[in-house]
Amino acid sequence: MLTPSICLMDVVAPRIAAAALPGQFLIVRARPQGERIPLTICDFDRSKGIVTIVTQEVGASSRMICSLEEGESFTDVVGPLGRPSAFVEKPDSELSGRRFLFVAGGLGTAPVYPQAKYLHERGAHVDIVLGAKTSSLVILRGQMSEVCDNLYICTDDGSEGFAGLVTGKVQELLAAGEHYDQAVAIGPMIMMKFVTLTLKDTGIPLDVSLNTLMVDGTGMCGCCRVTVGGRVRFACVEGPEFNAYEVDFDEALRRGAMYRTQEQEADHKFKIGRDS
Amino acid sequence: MAEKIGRVPVREQDPKVRAHNFEEVCYGYDEQEALLEASRCLNCRNPRCVQQCPVGISIPEFIAQVRGGDFTAAAGVIARDSSLPAVCGRVCPQETQCEGSCILGVKGEPVAIGKLERFVADWSRAHGGVKVEKAPANGRKVAVVGSGPSGLACASDLARMGYDVTIFEVLHKAGGVLQYGIPEFRLPKEAVVEPEIDAVKALGVKIETNVVVGRTLTVDELLDREGFSAVFVGSGAGLPRFMGIPGENLCGVFSANEYLTRSNLMRAFDPESDTPIFIGKRIAVVGGGNVAMDAARTALRLGSEVTIVYRRTEKELPARAEEVHHALEEGIVFRMLTNPVEVLGDEKGWVRGLRCIRMELGEPDASGRRSPVPVEGSEFEIPVDGVIMALGTSPNPLIASTTNGLETERHGCLVASEDGATTRPGVFAGGDAVTGAATVILAMGAGRRAAKAIDEYLKG
Ligand SMILES: Cc1cc2nc3c(=O)[nH]c(=O)nc-3n(C[C@H](O)[C@H](O)[C@H](O)COP(=O)(O)OP(=O)(O)OC[C@H]3O[C@@H](n4cnc5c(N)ncnc54)[C@H](O)[C@@H]3O)c2cc1C
Ligand SMILES: Cc1cc2nc3c(=O)[nH]c(=O)nc-3n(C[C@H](O)[C@H](O)[C@H](O)COP(=O)(O)OP(=O)(O)OC[C@H]3O[C@@H](n4cnc5c(N)ncnc54)[C@H](O)[C@@H]3O)c2cc1C
Ligand code: SF4
Ligand code: SF4
Ligand code: FES
Repeated sequence: MLTPSICLMDVVAPRIAAAALPGQFLIVRARPQGERIPLTICDFDRSKGIVTIVTQEVGASSRMICSLEEGESFTDVVGPLGRPSAFVEKPDSELSGRRFLFVAGGLGTAPVYPQAKYLHERGAHVDIVLGAKTSSLVILRGQMSEVCDNLYICTDDGSEGFAGLVTGKVQELLAAGEHYDQAVAIGPMIMMKFVTLTLKDTGIPLDVSLNTLMVDGTGMCGCCRVTVGGRVRFACVEGPEFNAYEVDFDEALRRGAMYRTQEQEADHKFKIGRDS
Repeated sequence: MAEKIGRVPVREQDPKVRAHNFEEVCYGYDEQEALLEASRCLNCRNPRCVQQCPVGISIPEFIAQVRGGDFTAAAGVIARDSSLPAVCGRVCPQETQCEGSCILGVKGEPVAIGKLERFVADWSRAHGGVKVEKAPANGRKVAVVGSGPSGLACASDLARMGYDVTIFEVLHKAGGVLQYGIPEFRLPKEAVVEPEIDAVKALGVKIETNVVVGRTLTVDELLDREGFSAVFVGSGAGLPRFMGIPGENLCGVFSANEYLTRSNLMRAFDPESDTPIFIGKRIAVVGGGNVAMDAARTALRLGSEVTIVYRRTEKELPARAEEVHHALEEGIVFRMLTNPVEVLGDEKGWVRGLRCIRMELGEPDASGRRSPVPVEGSEFEIPVDGVIMALGTSPNPLIASTTNGLETERHGCLVASEDGATTRPGVFAGGDAVTGAATVILAMGAGRRAAKAIDEYLKG
């Protein structure tokens, strides 16, 4: 456990580890009646055949995942799904010396890790702005600092680092004259929306990783659809990363909450075993 | 005179009762009923029924065995041409295939070929199944991508020829559309689909679920690194289409694939399952095929009032006649000659209605079908809180885009010859991945032809 509600796991999955690249995700089922839950690949070790995932408890299924003990296994694990981050297609020579800014909110820290690591190993300059509600919820502090040039921690309550939201820290960096060739924001949808608004007029290209609702994760159901640049795209196969300036965040926010309304209706017949 | 008997009716669950459960609608014939129905067949010398069965089952021959009471022999006759009779007997569009051209249908009712086929398959399964011969192992490995009807049929034929076959399936359960698309009340999973899959496994076929070909492993890696001598791609046509009208991304608009996958594969209808599903008060389903009927009848069973919106007339509905009939019996409302133009939302981004326009049939187009044209100024609203789009599907581009030398044509269908050879040597394909969304029997037939071609290719 990284915090009381966030857990890190190494999953033995040699084929997935062999094929995984930064930006991709898995879908797991924790039990035979379980939902298919998408989780980002946070690290992979090809020689050991291991992929690492970090899960935050938000509902019944993620709680079930976090309740697994060491040595237990998932009912199903499939991946790697989705397209790798755009920079993976670039030759290493082009990445060396380029300046990247990562903005990670809460659990978004975990998916940022493999990307920062990939770029750092190839000689890119990497700055990370990492936000959390409070100091005790900052995860992977040590690992993150190893894969970047500067790690800026922000806490909402000011208990560590910059006091305030990640957008505040980003504005401060830019005001101080920092410049970046590329930015990536990963975290709650609402945070990505505000990072996008913050960077909009700076001319810095920004990618975001959209954690939409998903069922199959293979392009079969359309549950994950988002509007990007006025076109409907399936986040599971065409994403999860997209050009932030083209994303319709308000629609994505609404769609992300689709089953929340329903789950809260007390009389809902198919409340499907939620233990709340 | 035998032909004087009318078609033996099949027993079904009462529509009022079945509208609230997921148990199979049709009970099928018992032995008495099957014997009686079989006695109606004229055992034609030049059977018209056989010509219209896509896999050419020797229909009069198997029916004669049923009439003689030798159900084992009947199953043996069917097994020569079909590896999924319990499925096809249930889901083939018989009225346009075998039964549609039965000679008895000219003046009266055709022989219930589908129901007899289903009876034989169910009886055979309950009595130990058909014994199949298997050639000795030849040590060569073939990979099959996808565990739908085409993949299962191809794999079982290859296994019988002695090949070492592995099926790779991306979902956590095998069966393709039989598992995730066609609902329980039409095709029971535990009673029918799973035994069919077990029979394929019993031939020595390995099924590896949770493998995305194109991501976990590519077709190239299967051939070059994993030691497979040939690959069959039966990955289906799973990519759902939307209409491109305003409001389609509102909360409460689903593709039929999403709705059906939640209910079938994820079993959201079962309170034990963790997967949620939307249950509207009133749901509109757009489309007129089997997929639309299945989505509509699933929503009905979950407790919604359901209207089907279709832009042509009842005559043009592409769904099986039996499903349309069942849907009407269960109380689903059909609005023909109606096409949606916009999904209307409320202030919270949820569906509150569907704006439609009336259509009329215009001149016949190149295909001979009269195409619907909108009647100007006839727009109206249907109040609904959910919309399910069942507008058809096309092949998923993932495999074509990650395999060297595999060509596609319009709608992303793989280019393949009659026997399944693609533009890449050693890679064969069939079923919906090649034809676009079609039928179980065509997919199965394509899988079997490809198995033969793969055998010739590897021996050649
Ligand atoms: C590509 C992708 C990568 C992801 N990576 C990770 C990861 O690395 N670690 C991790 O912990 N989570 C990740 N998620 C989110 C994770 O899948 C959801 O938290 C999980 O599905 C919630 O399931 P549950 O049953 O526990 O919660 P539920 O009971 O289903 O939901 C609890 C609450 O969370 C909301 N919710 C449900 N699904 C999501 C979602 N996808 N995004 C945001 N809110 C949601 C619900 O509306 C509800 O309010 C990822 C999602 C995607 C699409
Ligand atoms: C709701 C619905 C109702 C239908 N009703 C009828 C009916 O009544 N009668 C009838 O004859 N036909 C019906 N059909 C059509 C019929 O089911 C299909 O034509 C048939 O299943 C096609 O078989 P297939 O083997 O080509 O593909 P599918 O059955 O689609 O199977 C393809 C399999 O490949 C897997 N796959 C895809 N991509 C990959 C990948 N990259 N890696 C690994 N695995 C992959 C998929 O998960 C799937 O399991 C219906 C279809 C639907 C959706
Ligand atoms: S396989 Fe289909 S078309 Fe052929 S005989 Fe059976 S039901 Fe008729
Ligand atoms: S056409 Fe009809 S009557 Fe003739 S053999 Fe076929 S099923 Fe029997
Ligand atoms: S999750 Fe089903 S299409 Fe993306």
